[in-house]
Amino acid sequence: MAISVLVLSERIAGEHPEATFELLGKGSKLAKQLGGELAVAVAGTDYPVQELGGADVILELAGLEAGAYAAPIWEAGVAAAIAASSPRVVLMSTGTVGLDLGGSLATRFGGQLASYVIDLDVDGEEILATAQLYGGKMLAEVALDSFICFATVIPGSFPADDGRSTGSPRVERIEVGEKPKAVAMAIREPETGGVDITAAPMLVSVGRGIGSSDNLELVQELADALKVPLSASRPVIDSGWLPKPHQVGKSGKKVKPSIYLSFGISGAPEHLEGMRNAEMIIACNTDPGAPIFEVAHFGTTVDLFDLVPELTERFGG
Amino acid sequence: MKIVVAMRQLADLVEELEVNADGTDIDRDFVKFVSNEWDEAALEEALCHKDDGDAEITVVALDEPDVDQTLYTALAKGADRAVKLTGHDPEGWIRTGDRAAILASWLERDDFDLVLTGVQAADDLDGQLAGVLAERLGVRHAAVVVGFHDADSAVQVEQELGGGTVAVSSLELPAVLGIQAARQTPRYASITRIRQAQQTQTIQEVEISAGGSLGGTVRKISPPKKRGGAEMLEGSASEVAERIAELIRSKGLARS
Repeated sequence: MAISVLVLSERIAGEHPEATFELLGKGSKLAKQLGGELAVAVAGTDYPVQELGGADVILELAGLEAGAYAAPIWEAGVAAAIAASSPRVVLMSTGTVGLDLGGSLATRFGGQLASYVIDLDVDGEEILATAQLYGGKMLAEVALDSFICFATVIPGSFPADDGRSTGSPRVERIEVGEKPKAVAMAIREPETGGVDITAAPMLVSVGRGIGSSDNLELVQELADALKVPLSASRPVIDSGWLPKPHQVGKSGKKVKPSIYLSFGISGAPEHLEGMRNAEMIIACNTDPGAPIFEVAHFGTTVDLFDLVPELTERFGG
Repeated sequence: MKIVVAMRQLADLVEELEVNADGTDIDRDFVKFVSNEWDEAALEEALCHKDDGDAEITVVALDEPDVDQTLYTALAKGADRAVKLTGHDPEGWIRTGDRAAILASWLERDDFDLVLTGVQAADDLDGQLAGVLAERLGVRHAAVVVGFHDADSAVQVEQELGGGTVAVSSLELPAVLGIQAARQTPRYASITRIRQAQQTQTIQEVEISAGGSLGGTVRKISPPKKRGGAEMLEGSASEVAERIAELIRSKGLARS
């Protein structure tokens, strides 16, 4: 049977990421619809094989050493796997590897690509993708009809449990002939120490709506009154207003507190990825259309500059 | 080092977006266009490299609504040259594949070591620019870049993998980098300096005929269906604060 769906495991070291199983679960359904097999491409030859039972075939990308990463080297490896397996659909996540390789591989193979995908289906000869646009404010339905189609999928879109089945996939080794002009050097882990926002039972979280670093004091006072850490979304961190360990989201930490109290965060998909599993989400944003209200349990459009002092006062600040 | 910063305009996400008449794009007539925030980070990082050494910066953008403002602002901040690429419909949704083809067509005639651009844009439905552009040019690339420095004929790149973990790699030049964040907040250019740039500097216009769509057919665009979502708390700041305080106390997380 031919391979119809190829999932890329974006594992650089350690475990396979959660997204790999989400894609394997969805990939398995698509492969059945397309009448072919599901393959998973994995970097290197030393990886947790027993976890990949959801696939029919494992394509080992020889020469991609685990523990280091360079986009051109991975691109050459995944390109070799695509050339060897000729899938109809290639699935990656919107993580760093997917953002690196989706566009370049689609260009290389002359295929169509849908990014920020949250759902996939087969419609006759076409692959139908539902994708987020404008930070989740719009959804697009896109029909892909190229002989090879690429999708980069937002993590959390499909249940990971569907991809964690047992099985005994056959293993094929893919030799990578191409020698990219790049060197994968090292993986640097974040410095430990300082605040651990993942351990807190409650977080006061702040986003772009705070306006300036001078205004941070306002929410810091509330966090202090509640004796909980202050966390933030990407714009606050990228602006240097709070250090990196405070960041919630795709490029920061995934948090699951009992209460997530957010101020001035609109809720870009990358942020929601990091906090949507909180037990209770209370969101304050003056834009009633802010996507964060879709995942929040309680919301208010009262201006944070009016609301926060009122709250601080109630908790003895 | 010759650095090209590829910038672009984007509908301002602060505004309410509406779907156009045929349901396949946003209604662009009443939307304000601003420069893509990640491109601003790319420009800032380029300017920091210029501050540190001998980088020469060219900003390039496709003709799009209010793009002159973005280009003059870049000049006011310290870019050496600004180029506007024309020959396409400036009012429409320019897909990544076409954008990359147009930029590649111009870059093939220009001399560069590095192209910097934002890691993503909120409407890049058919992929992020850096990888597509690099593939068209046949050069190296990296996305989600949070730092880089040049070392002879290569660039050492730091890419964020999530949770603060960083991958370090070395790419032979030339290369295209998708910038996630600059080392500092993008600098500010005063109105006076932007006006000065408008009076003393010019934007070079180059007409390009190229295209290369990567996207499928957009059947429909719509706002996401409300899935119930949040229970909205109404009332004055004081009333809403009281409700939130009750919610916090109900979880046993605070006294008073």
